[in-house]
Amino acid sequence: MKYAPLMLANLLRKKTRLILTIGSFTVALFLFGLLAAVRGSFNQGLDIAGVDRLVVVNRGSIIQPLPLSYKERMLRVPGVKQVTHDNWFGGVYQDERNFIPQFVIDPENQRQMFPEFIVPDDQWQAFLKDRTGAIAGAQTAKRFGWKIGDRIPIKGTISPGSWEFNLDGIYHGSRPEDDDTQFWFQWDYFEERVPERLKGLVGWYYVRIDSPDNAPAIAKAIDQEFANSPYETRTQTEKAFAAGWVKQMGNVQLLILTIGSVVFFTLLLVTGNTMAIAVRERTAELAVLKAVGYSDRFALALIVGESLILALFGGVLGLILAKVLTPVVAIFLRGMLPYFYLPFTAMLIGLGVALAVGALSGLLPAIGAMRLRVVDALRRV
Amino acid sequence: MVRVDGRGGFGSLIQIRGLDKTYRRGGEEIHVLQGLNLDVDQAEFVAFMGPSGSGKTTLLNLLGGLDVPSRGQIVVAGDEITHMSGNKLTEWRARHVGFIFQMYNLIPVLTAFQNVELPLLLTKLSKAERRKHVETALAVVGLADRMNHYPRQLSGGQEQRVAIARAIVADPTFLLCDEPTGDLDRKSADDILQILTRLSKEYGKTILMVTHDPMAAERAKAVLHLNKGVLVESAEAAAGSPA
Repeated sequence: MKYAPLMLANLLRKKTRLILTIGSFTVALFLFGLLAAVRGSFNQGLDIAGVDRLVVVNRGSIIQPLPLSYKERMLRVPGVKQVTHDNWFGGVYQDERNFIPQFVIDPENQRQMFPEFIVPDDQWQAFLKDRTGAIAGAQTAKRFGWKIGDRIPIKGTISPGSWEFNLDGIYHGSRPEDDDTQFWFQWDYFEERVPERLKGLVGWYYVRIDSPDNAPAIAKAIDQEFANSPYETRTQTEKAFAAGWVKQMGNVQLLILTIGSVVFFTLLLVTGNTMAIAVRERTAELAVLKAVGYSDRFALALIVGESLILALFGGVLGLILAKVLTPVVAIFLRGMLPYFYLPFTAMLIGLGVALAVGALSGLLPAIGAMRLRVVDALRRV
Repeated sequence: MVRVDGRGGFGSLIQIRGLDKTYRRGGEEIHVLQGLNLDVDQAEFVAFMGPSGSGKTTLLNLLGGLDVPSRGQIVVAGDEITHMSGNKLTEWRARHVGFIFQMYNLIPVLTAFQNVELPLLLTKLSKAERRKHVETALAVVGLADRMNHYPRQLSGGQEQRVAIARAIVADPTFLLCDEPTGDLDRKSADDILQILTRLSKEYGKTILMVTHDPMAAERAKAVLHLNKGVLVESAEAAAGSPA
């Protein structure tokens, strides 16, 4: 700590340069934070997937339906504990830009299948008794200022017409990464209003199994049960199902990675250049330090240390900014990326990357300072 | 006592024997110092004079462990520094040598106090002890009231006094001064020389000074001339040289 005044004095000698260098780190880490939030929103399904849940979809495509009658047959497959079904609704609330993921749910099994979504008992009971009832995620309710008892009009797209729902409850995710943006309503209400040709058809099934270890065998048994039928199934773990979605977004991930890499590489060059200039300006001072007894290693540590301080300040500032502003950005995204938030682990990774860039950018000039010969340096003055 | 004939006793603080320094420039070998001998006792104040390129600064660099000789031996206070490794030499320098440069070479972003404190940061002294040492050193050079000033807020003479305080604060075995008055006006130069004389007489500091200035050399007890890499004792200054 006794060398801190020396390091700080060195850093503060050119205030404009200091601000610009810290600013470079701040901007880069802010961007990193946003990119991490975007990437996280694509990957979140993977991280929060239930280990004992399977997803059963139509073998042809997820947009092809499955018969409701499959539910009972699946429950007879050994190892299957519980089955529930979902349909994608895809309606519009007020404006097409107001995206909300809407699901037609099976109220009988929803809560047991997804215990991570918390709905107060009284609200859930009110929902069960209300055929046109709905439950909204806390984030969506907050976004549109909905309160329990509100009447929510939604314009159907896949299932045309005006649909009206009573908001009976608001759910919260039990973990910060849970999706609080969904909108659920009752299968019976949906079934009643869809055209005859769509009746008795669900979008996909969720299956709770007795043990994650049995997942491959149970998935195989379910698919065999419906093999050679008009509605063949493809059963996979929820994690594999989520991974399939992420895979489809592969190019987006690559793009994010590329942008991030370019930003940090540019930062490395900019900071490296700044540190090199800073060291060149201080050649005589470094020589004097060595003359009075400071070692070559001290010169190396001094320069790398200064570079790390810059990285630390700029990095922390950028990450705090990103943490504070991601909820604001999420509002502007209008629910397009439901899991848009900056996790603490991503912040730690960001800080680590910033410090690595700081250390690397300071290393070359620091090696120059370490190798500096006092006699040569003083002769140049 | 100062001798250049290589016949000094074992009690000399500094003993140099057969010192050679050769540089290569292009394909040519330049012999800067040739078979140089020197014995300097404790509390001596020696001035080295000579034309540019005669090897004065090279000799100072070798004595300070900043450069290594091509041949020969340098022994300071019983330590043979000629074959010391880089790290050992650095540690030795911190303990034994105080440098005073022509251009002061203070760190501009540190106050006078912080500049003087720099050598002490390498020691195990506590913060309070460091403060005491720094205040004493600054008082010796008459700058106790300027300790919180930055170099830019000081005159050239004051800057050099801070540099002297930095050089003496760790109580080194000897001081090496490279043209300490070369960048100063006469008045400031006299002040600096007066301080160096006091350090030698009152505090028993051994001082080796390179200078072009005959008036500065007059303050020394012994003046040695370097010519073509060879030392010649030219004068023994009067014991009571002006203070």
